[in-house]
Amino acid sequence: MSATRRGGGPGGWLLAGNGGLVLLFLYAPIILLVIFSFSGAKDPGVWGGFTVDWYRDLGGDRNVQKAIGVSVRVALVSTIIATVLGTMAALALERFEFRGKRIFDALLYLPIIIPDVTMAVMMLLFFTKSFDVIDAVFGTRVGKGFATVVVSHVAFNIAFVSVVVRARVAGMDSTLEQAAADLYSTRWQAFRHVTLPLIMPGVLGGSLLALTLSLDDVVVTQFVSGPGSTTLPVYVFGLIRRDVTPLINAVSVVMLLASLVLVVASLVAQRASEGRRRRELIITGEE
Amino acid sequence: MTTDVVGVDDHVGVGEAAERHLAVAERRRGLLLALPAYAYMVVFFAVPLLIVFAYSFSTRSRTGDPTFSEVGLDAYRKLAEPLIRNVAIRSAILAAVTTAICLLLAYPFAYFVATRKPTARNLLLVAVMIPFWTNFLVRNYAWRVILSTGGPISGVTEAIGLGETDLLFSRTAVVIGLVYSFLPFMILPMYASIERIDWRLVEASRDLYCSGWRSFTKVVLPLSMPGVIAGSILVFVPSLGAYVTPAILGGNKEPLLGEYIVGQFLTARNWPVGASLSFVLMTVMLGATLVYFRSGGKNL
Amino acid sequence: MTAAVSMRSVTKRFEDVKAVDSIDLDIADGEFFALLGPSGCGKTTTLRMIAGLEIPSAGSLRIFGDEVGTLPPNKRPVNTVFQNYALFPHMSVADNIGFGLKMQKVAKPETARRVADAIGLVRLGGLEQRRPSQLSGGQQQRVALARALVNRPKVLLLDEPLAALDLKLRQGMQLELKALQREVGITFVFVTHDQEEALSMADRIGVMGDGRLLQIGSPEDIYDAPVDQFVADFIGRSNFLPATVASADAVCLTNGARIAMGGAGSVGDHVAVSLRPERVQIENRGDVAAGRPSLDGTIESVTFLGNSVVYQVALDWLTVEARAENRPSVQRRDVGDEVSLTWRDDAVAVVPG
Repeated sequence: MSATRRGGGPGGWLLAGNGGLVLLFLYAPIILLVIFSFSGAKDPGVWGGFTVDWYRDLGGDRNVQKAIGVSVRVALVSTIIATVLGTMAALALERFEFRGKRIFDALLYLPIIIPDVTMAVMMLLFFTKSFDVIDAVFGTRVGKGFATVVVSHVAFNIAFVSVVVRARVAGMDSTLEQAAADLYSTRWQAFRHVTLPLIMPGVLGGSLLALTLSLDDVVVTQFVSGPGSTTLPVYVFGLIRRDVTPLINAVSVVMLLASLVLVVASLVAQRASEGRRRRELIITGEE
Repeated sequence: MTTDVVGVDDHVGVGEAAERHLAVAERRRGLLLALPAYAYMVVFFAVPLLIVFAYSFSTRSRTGDPTFSEVGLDAYRKLAEPLIRNVAIRSAILAAVTTAICLLLAYPFAYFVATRKPTARNLLLVAVMIPFWTNFLVRNYAWRVILSTGGPISGVTEAIGLGETDLLFSRTAVVIGLVYSFLPFMILPMYASIERIDWRLVEASRDLYCSGWRSFTKVVLPLSMPGVIAGSILVFVPSLGAYVTPAILGGNKEPLLGEYIVGQFLTARNWPVGASLSFVLMTVMLGATLVYFRSGGKNL
Repeated sequence: MTAAVSMRSVTKRFEDVKAVDSIDLDIADGEFFALLGPSGCGKTTTLRMIAGLEIPSAGSLRIFGDEVGTLPPNKRPVNTVFQNYALFPHMSVADNIGFGLKMQKVAKPETARRVADAIGLVRLGGLEQRRPSQLSGGQQQRVALARALVNRPKVLLLDEPLAALDLKLRQGMQLELKALQREVGITFVFVTHDQEEALSMADRIGVMGDGRLLQIGSPEDIYDAPVDQFVADFIGRSNFLPATVASADAVCLTNGARIAMGGAGSVGDHVAVSLRPERVQIENRGDVAAGRPSLDGTIESVTFLGNSVVYQVALDWLTVEARAENRPSVQRRDVGDEVSLTWRDDAVAVVPG
């Protein structure tokens, strides 16, 4: 039986009050940040008259623009790779048995629980040692850069994509693929016309998650990026550590807006396809 | 499922041999499908992990470089020394405090959301998730702005005559930042758990105990335990290894685990200890996650 | 004439369990054949082997003379109506039905024509652009049928397709399916656990139990002459009176009564006399004609079922169920009545005990 109560009474008011406070706690910092990004004072937390100077400075800031470019490129490339590999992994795990499957399954859970510091450390060590080996064997000096960042992002994103897609594949009626075979389709045709369309919401959800995680990442990227491959979060992080200026407020708000756009877009897209898909997935003979 | 493997011309024929042949072909197909991701994870995840594990057995030579000329558990033994032990204890306490505060804030909130009508419920849940989906760095930086001298909180306390407050670069600031970052992780599992409770039990208990409070402590609370446990683990584990939040809000006074590990690699140049500590941290988190799964966390 | 489906010693093993145990079966072209049995008896596995979704562990399986044992399902001239219909949720009714044709690369105009014909055949006109989720259970069932039939398969396989429908709908669909099969003229192989369904629709029934094919025959054959207790008990209801074979043409009930019955087995064999409740004649105590079998007992319970009344009659050594029609000419009995039970000679069968 559902928990919905009619509420009311002193307990009810207290709960509602707490609810409001928690929401306030969650949103106030963001709202304040936005407000202060328009403040003219040098100190980031002080109000010094309304101004859009910081945003104007931002527009001309080469470093920020470069960092944005790197972030976007890294995110797009790593998301595409992670989505393809993650989806294949999900299908393999849900629909097949093969040697070494259990290890693979376990391996795909690790990136989700591993602390970023550990991940950052292991990727750094891996690359450093690999470069030494490459130097010794081929005599070429390779360094950290765009490739190392992308490789690291894919390394943790495959796991996230596969978790999301797996849930989708598992929820899909497996007799549909049998029906397709019964109706003269080859394996590939069945995948293309039946499986793929039905798991698409999962694939999109997984890729969106990967995109967000890539854009958000700080620690791992910081460790494995080179001079020309600083992403926006790493750059901002560096700014914050060195010297806090209101410019950072403006950058932060821009990043905030970008995240919000992504979130809203994904919610809308999810609503649109989920509504239809959920109805479609419940089809059995029950009525 | 058996499809397009054994062609019409294949003389394998019906029978156990054919069954085996088809099963083998299926397995091969599965392996091929998994291969790209599998190979990738082995090369770019398992191998790096093993490298860290290997380095945890190395020793620090006089030049500061790690060397394998002497291998042993030295790096692990060093973890028990007062310096590192204190770092670990400090981090654990901080994570525990964060978890406790999240518990206190989240439970009433989760209860509130679970007892609303479905539309209000979904709206509230989305409202909780939206800040969570925005950039992690930005959310922590926002507190930097708020907590700084001359910042809004300071302004408020000044106004009421308490004088300036500088909460920044303190343990309090770090806890606030951690609570802020991970509160949704506590709210959601708790909500899921409370929402599942068969409310008829609660109504029955209200008849029995004639007191709302007692029926809460005797019925609702125990039944929502899975959510409490899951949420606690989901907050404690990342708080333990936190790096960004203490870096932005904590100053460099007393390093926590995350900062300490990073330092071993970048400044102190003590790779063995950095590796062993990373590994131990990961093992602790792995253990906690297994507890989470065992306690039925997956069903939440 | 070549059998539509022909199985010889077909066996299917999963790990150590024999799901299907050495089945010999010939299904004739144009026949409506039912595979009947309780859950887990192997009937669905057998159907799936015909479809190609499983391959036999041993034995030979031919479709119109061609050995198909390892042929994948997409290469067999056979189509299946699945128990849960397995309609593609993301496609319209028309696209669902046309899927098989599309996979066989049939030209668009012809596909459209054949799909329209199929829709007419199952009377789904007007619903072409709907999604499966927008259809009722009965409509979804027809789509599944049309989707299979449009490909003009040589054999149509149906896996308990009526199981999910409510009673009235199910009974209606039984008649429709029978008519459809006669109209289309292809072989139907129908799997069900509902014996009434099998009895009403099938030309011949194959009763399965524990992976084995126990009896094949027309509905009448199976009902009137079940080959063992399992079949007798599974189809309809039956009383089993323990007896021993007394001579070449008589068996002896436990209470000593002799019943004329030939070919029951060797003298001394334990058998059971299978007596259907509706064949039991209830007379007042002692009123049974001489020479007729007679069992004395008392009415223990009376259950009114609308069109009939079921009596439980307690004998010294057994309780017998009797069913009487609810008609004015049939005497109603009460609990406690002392009665004698009898039956016609052709009303019983003997099965191994």
